[in-house]
Amino acid sequence: MLLITCPHCGSRPENEFRYAGEAHIARPENPSALDDEAWADFLYMRSNPKGVHLERWRHTHGCARFFNCVRHTVSDRIIATYEAGRPKPDIAALVAEFEARGARAP
Amino acid sequence: MQRFSFISLARNALTGHQGWREQWRSPEPKPSYDVVIVGGGGHGLATAYYLAKEHGVTNVAVLEKGWLGGGNTGRNTTIIRSNYLWDESAALYEHALKLWEGLSQDLNYNVMYSPRGVMMLAHTVHDVQVFKRHVHSNRLNGIDNEWLSPQEAKAFCPPLNVAANIRYPVLGAALQRRGGTARHDAVAWGYARGADARGVDIIQNCEVTGIRRDRNGAVEAVETTRGLIGAKKVGVVAAGHTSVVMGMAGVRMPLESYPLQALVSEPVKPVFPCVVMSNTVHAYISQSDKGELVIGAGTDAYVSYSQTGGLHIAAHTLDAICELFPMFRRMRMLRNWGGIVDVTPDRSPIIGKTPVPGLYVNCGWGTGGFKATPGSGNVFAATIARDDPHPIAAPFTLDRFRTGRLIDEAAAAAVAH
Repeated sequence: MLLITCPHCGSRPENEFRYAGEAHIARPENPSALDDEAWADFLYMRSNPKGVHLERWRHTHGCARFFNCVRHTVSDRIIATYEAGRPKPDIAALVAEFEARGARAP
Repeated sequence: MQRFSFISLARNALTGHQGWREQWRSPEPKPSYDVVIVGGGGHGLATAYYLAKEHGVTNVAVLEKGWLGGGNTGRNTTIIRSNYLWDESAALYEHALKLWEGLSQDLNYNVMYSPRGVMMLAHTVHDVQVFKRHVHSNRLNGIDNEWLSPQEAKAFCPPLNVAANIRYPVLGAALQRRGGTARHDAVAWGYARGADARGVDIIQNCEVTGIRRDRNGAVEAVETTRGLIGAKKVGVVAAGHTSVVMGMAGVRMPLESYPLQALVSEPVKPVFPCVVMSNTVHAYISQSDKGELVIGAGTDAYVSYSQTGGLHIAAHTLDAICELFPMFRRMRMLRNWGGIVDVTPDRSPIIGKTPVPGLYVNCGWGTGGFKATPGSGNVFAATIARDDPHPIAAPFTLDRFRTGRLIDEAAAAAVAH
């Protein structure tokens, strides 16, 4: 079970949370202008990386708020969490900061 | 190929079993092949076998980064059934089930296919309605599936607890008698041996690290840890790693990879006559010929390549097993493990061509690919050989996510995801 740091409530066990898929997939500004290809990409295509993944979680049994999480998909180590709505972070900088805190490489 | 028969067994028994040879070669990769299959699991090896056997394409290599059947082929709970709701899926899985029935004879290799019956339990009114709909739909498609009352279910599987006072009482069950299990390793080995005998090169410890495309965008070679290998056609059958491999050719996939767990108990005498599945309480159980209870758990909530999975997922399944089968409450579990499954948005597989000429993909089998192994390989081989989808594979294109013609087995089947 993961230990996840909710940006609002602090560190809590995984079963207080609900996973909510890949982060930073913005709904198209002008949906009627999209062709089928672009819709398929928005609705279904996912990066699914073997490495650092940006993802949404919701603290359903806590503050009930959505937030974003940076996690390595091989070790499952959580590198950082941040509030929803913030721009996409610089992954390389976050990993460097994570390692500088004395943690093992993700 | 050294064929197995009563005479060959008797001869080797009399000579101290010194006469057995390796079942397949371990060749060095050639500079190029007509078809390169990426992934040496059951589906990839079956593809190579049917390419050679049914289409005469023998200049084929199967590249496997680890060892044969070391991925999901060796990690699943070996359940075989074909009672899917939609016509497209029913045709695909029934095609596979028909091949299972004659597979040991076809391969001259005992895959231990055991049609002991797969019983799917209904615990809620919704389950009852959905499963009855399945029974009717399957019968219209000529697939056996029958509805059992709780007492009939208990008669078919005596260890089952049908008491009314448990958290999710058994309200009935759908039984497919032709469903059952097979030995997963033997499936990989049997296909490998059959493909090798027809000239296919099986190359283990050979990881694909890149896919090279020519000036027109078509595939021309794969880069591997054992050097560059030329290929006129490439078939990607990489299960949980499909997104990674397809990314090498610049193709984005509608896939997410999740760890799926299974566990086995200490071996005991035969006590469990069939396969029982419960999607509602997440319990999948059968007994192996060795005597271990083989138990399937659910997926973790999040995308991961860890090949482990959270303990609470396995514990949740054991809670359900203990309630449904009280006689197993004091059994000890021997080991558990995880495999990485690639899940599509509509929970149906993707078999066919891709936007890249010469590149084919067979993936998205999610939590239930083992049962489809022979059928999947068979239709994928036809698709590669003719550069045109096999009629059964035709609805399962990658393009369906653009056209919107999804095959939505998830909502229809209420399967555990």
